[in-house]
Amino acid sequence: MVRFDDVWLRYRHTTRAAEAEALRGISFEIEEGGFRWLTGPSGAGKTSLLKLIYLAEHPARGRIEILGTRAARTTRREAALLRRRIGVVYQDFRLLPQLDAYDNVALPMRLARRSEAQVQADVTEILRWVGLAHRMHARPDELSGGEQQRIAIARAVVARPKLLVADEPTGNLDDEQAERLMLLITALNKLGTTVIVATHNTQLVQHYPFPRLGLENGRLVHDG
Amino acid sequence: MMAKRRGDLLGVRAALSDRLLPVLVGAMSFLAALALGGALASATLAASWQGDTASALTIQVPQPTAQDAAHHGTRLAAVQQALAASKNVADVHVLSEAQINRLIAPWLGSDAASLGLSLPAIITGQWTGPGGTDQLTAELQQVSPGALLKTGALWAQRVAALTTSLQACALAVLLIVALVAAAVVAVATRSGLAQLRETIETVHGLGALDADIAARFAARATWLALAGSIGGTVLALPVLGWLAWLAAPFTGGSQFNHLFSLPPALLALVPLLPGCSALIGWATAQITVRGWLRRLP
Repeated sequence: MVRFDDVWLRYRHTTRAAEAEALRGISFEIEEGGFRWLTGPSGAGKTSLLKLIYLAEHPARGRIEILGTRAARTTRREAALLRRRIGVVYQDFRLLPQLDAYDNVALPMRLARRSEAQVQADVTEILRWVGLAHRMHARPDELSGGEQQRIAIARAVVARPKLLVADEPTGNLDDEQAERLMLLITALNKLGTTVIVATHNTQLVQHYPFPRLGLENGRLVHDG
Repeated sequence: MMAKRRGDLLGVRAALSDRLLPVLVGAMSFLAALALGGALASATLAASWQGDTASALTIQVPQPTAQDAAHHGTRLAAVQQALAASKNVADVHVLSEAQINRLIAPWLGSDAASLGLSLPAIITGQWTGPGGTDQLTAELQQVSPGALLKTGALWAQRVAALTTSLQACALAVLLIVALVAAAVVAVATRSGLAQLRETIETVHGLGALDADIAARFAARATWLALAGSIGGTVLALPVLGWLAWLAAPFTGGSQFNHLFSLPPALLALVPLLPGCSALIGWATAQITVRGWLRRLP
């Protein structure tokens, strides 16, 4: 489902050699329907690894397979279609400022050309799930950080992705909202979605004892 | 409501301003319409002038009152008979003494006859036959030795060369105008892309195809170019009409109804300018956006 084989990542614009290698020789495999925490200190390479998974970066070396597809062998069109099967919760949310909450959540479904009837049903349902049905017409700048994060999460899961990648999804949520979010993510996981969640929240990791990938200085130091 | 929701997902409407781009494309269309008018007008004038000039005949008959070679009458009468007998010459006209005086007045003064000079008779006509005038020249020389026959072929060649260069200039202007319009659209599109960089990166990450993103910019650029071009072309019409009015004496047209007396080809081509501008806008936006998206993985 997700397979990394000796993957290295180097950022081109980095000048200092020490920062050049963001990831070094990463190898792991996550089975279909699996769940992995991704942990490590700041700068360990968690976001870089997630970017490789959701095809926002190309590796300098190594082989990556996502949802049964070799990432390096995809055309631009195939890569775009593959991204539609991956739900991403960005650390900085990346909500579109000109769209309200409803339209932000509906975006992946509209890009996939789903019918408006289906969009309305699914978006309304997921907004209810994240507790923001009453805020569906608010624009991002009218929402709090926690609300924006919940909209970002709703957008990531609304199209029922085969793979869910989340970068610090509970960072701006209180304990109750974080718990509610984890219920949603584990429910999706039980329905067959493969999940990778990067987090600093050790309590959350202890509360949901799924296997863990640990990163330090761009190297994988823990898998299991 | 849903159609409105689907409408402008990226915010392209705000990013691709509806102020500067249509005005600049409108100005380009205005110039293109004038260049097109110039090209077609020069072609029309040239066709008219070339026909008249090339077929014009001028015959000089020295010593017109002297006896002709066959001693049947004057040389002038003999030449007139020879011209009348030719099937290829029409509109024969012998210039009067007053007309000849007017022609030579710039050199010899207003009353050349008082100088006692032996002036040749001048006959004008139109050559309606195929090929050259060599045979007619020989016939005239036979009945009136020393008779000179000149045609307007040389001037026709010069007019043709002038017309070709004018048309080349007009086409160059059209090409430059098209390139400038494309550059204007490209700059506006790149500016829009820069404004929407984060939005585009996000939708790209959510699985938007390059074609989807390019299509949204292209649709906006097409509309703005079309609107601007319609405005510029409409503004050019009265100017073209005014130029047609100025040119009417040269083209033989009436100074009234000058707009309707524009060359039919121009009336057919000018309405195509907005379509061409829209096409340039669409193609330029597509190329610019697709090129910009290549930087994303």
